[in-house]
Amino acid sequence: MKSRLLAVLLATMLFNLAACGKKDTAPGADGAVVVKIGSIQPLTGPQSHLGKDNENGTRMAIDDANAKGISIGGKKVRFELFSEDDQADPKTATIVAQKMVDEKVNGIIGHLNSGTTIPASKIYFDAGIVQISPSATNPKYTEQGFRTAFRVMPNDVQQGKALGDFAVTRLGAKRVAIIDDRTAYGQGLADQFGAAAKAAGAEIVTRQYTTDKSTDFMAILTAVKSENADVLFFGGMDAQGGPMMKQFKTLGLNAKFLMGDGGSTPEFIKLAAGSAEGAYSSLPGLPLDKMPGGKAFGDKFTAKYGQIQLYAPYCYDAVSVMIAAMQKADSIDPAKYLPVLASIVYDGVTAKISFDTKGDIKDGAITLYQVKNGKWEVLETVGGAEPAK
Amino acid sequence: MDIFLQQLINGLVLGSVYALIALGYTMVYGILELINFAHGEVVMIGAMVTLAVVNMLMASGVDLPGLMIVAAGLLVAVAVCMALGFVIERIAYRPLRRAPRLAPLITAIGVSIVLQNVAMLIWGRQYISFPPILPSTRHDIAGAGITDLQIFIFVLALVLMAGLVLLVQRTRIGRAMRATAQAPEIAGLMGVNVNAVISFTFILGSALAAIAGVMVSAYYGIAHYYMGFLLGLKAFTAAVLGGIGNIAGAMLGGLLLGVIESMAAGYIGDLTGGFLGSHYQDVFAFFVLIGVLVFRPSGLLGERVAERP
Repeated sequence: MKSRLLAVLLATMLFNLAACGKKDTAPGADGAVVVKIGSIQPLTGPQSHLGKDNENGTRMAIDDANAKGISIGGKKVRFELFSEDDQADPKTATIVAQKMVDEKVNGIIGHLNSGTTIPASKIYFDAGIVQISPSATNPKYTEQGFRTAFRVMPNDVQQGKALGDFAVTRLGAKRVAIIDDRTAYGQGLADQFGAAAKAAGAEIVTRQYTTDKSTDFMAILTAVKSENADVLFFGGMDAQGGPMMKQFKTLGLNAKFLMGDGGSTPEFIKLAAGSAEGAYSSLPGLPLDKMPGGKAFGDKFTAKYGQIQLYAPYCYDAVSVMIAAMQKADSIDPAKYLPVLASIVYDGVTAKISFDTKGDIKDGAITLYQVKNGKWEVLETVGGAEPAK
Repeated sequence: MDIFLQQLINGLVLGSVYALIALGYTMVYGILELINFAHGEVVMIGAMVTLAVVNMLMASGVDLPGLMIVAAGLLVAVAVCMALGFVIERIAYRPLRRAPRLAPLITAIGVSIVLQNVAMLIWGRQYISFPPILPSTRHDIAGAGITDLQIFIFVLALVLMAGLVLLVQRTRIGRAMRATAQAPEIAGLMGVNVNAVISFTFILGSALAAIAGVMVSAYYGIAHYYMGFLLGLKAFTAAVLGGIGNIAGAMLGGLLLGVIESMAAGYIGDLTGGFLGSHYQDVFAFFVLIGVLVFRPSGLLGERVAERP
């Protein structure tokens, strides 16, 4: 009995070994070399609609690249998507990041949130794997000195400043209330916004906090109401922002409601359930129809996966610029294509992409939006010429 | 002062929902000494089913007032949740009635995970928004605002609680419930159909849970497949706070917990000089629970006083 068990165990181990060996060296079924692109997004939990959107943008870029039949290093290559779920949770993010490293992926697209991107970036840096985040906007991400870390979206220093200036000069804010969701993204953006609003001459009358899983904001909104704020800024995502906007109206607040990129989604309007009218938000980058390849991308994406939530075009660009760098370097080895990526100039869907020494995108623009007739309408675009700090 | 009043209103509305859910925990505990951890998920299913019916009716273009549409959804949800409560007890708890107490606790957690995932498969992972079809006119009372919906939730919760007390204290089945809670074997010997009473308790608790689920999702405007987890935990806390197994305790605990949370979120920042922010409202609620349990281990009103002779 015992020896039989041992035999079974041994056989399983041998089989696994054989399978492992096969995975690493043998080409794919069509004789092409497999290039593994890792995508890590929150696929469960309150932000799963955004995570799925990111994954779809990434998948579309990979499908398009495969359709082109690209050869690198003299061999035909096939790109394969390795998708994992980080649940928007920093702890989980590092675990799946390690999993990606063990899988020996050739490059990482992700993560969605700043709070997950920052801790995971060290793991990729240590393993020497190139990481391009489509949507992490906290400045810290590229300030750690990791040469593997890139992002294709302008950071929160620029966004916070644009929002703060907008609140004071365009909305005439004098008494500003700030709420944040205590994530790296929400807190960071709220801090930048507060500093900019203060510099522009407004007073911060109260700072309240919630979490990225809350649904009840009545109590903190009541506290905001007592301060007679004329602008309320929320640093957080649409899953909280939408319901917050609804409860904001329930309490009869007169202030103007302002959010960063996390709120600039159709989902925000849906979740606010009829109360979204008049809300403001900002989104780094140009509006989709002003992006160089925005219209074509939008049509194709919508036909394939439905409405774009938020960052899908940025994911598409992150993959495309990574593949372009691989082609230019004629190698799928991160160590070889990384220097090429750092100095690349690439015409993406969202913008002309090139990186500064830290890995931030150069010449980032910020666009401001307002909900009018149940849709986000473009108000104005600021920046775009000034290089990212 | 108006801010205090506003926070009190916020807290009472939230608390009345907690109380309704807490009743489900406390009734089951009173009779079986079992913590039905799947109860929070029944609340979630109630909200989800109502939303599904409401969205279906809206899509089919039926021209009914909003209240009627929600009422129709609620009726379906109550029926579904009653069936669900019955089935949960039948499948997950009854076969383990004589097993060690840890076993049904584990199956309870198992049922809760199963329900969450089934809901995720059926309704997806996104937040589902509650269409704004309920009247939400605001009224001003001494500088604080209260909406029709808030009044409706609070009053309906009170009516349901009063109804439950009457049912338990004044009816035949209520007497059977109390008897079973005191001594199941003896009650059985006296001709009470214990299994039927237990099934009835689950069905009753699940019906209340379904209504609470609709209230929560209408109030906050959203529903989600894991909304039941935290709600369940809060309601369980409320039940323990008031004294688990004690019906009056669950009501008191629920209302108290709602008010404490609301006040904590509103004032904790000022009280601690900004050291603790409003996101510590949950921590504060659980801190109060610990405090109460240290000084009154059986909760504010004590365990199962109503059933003791």
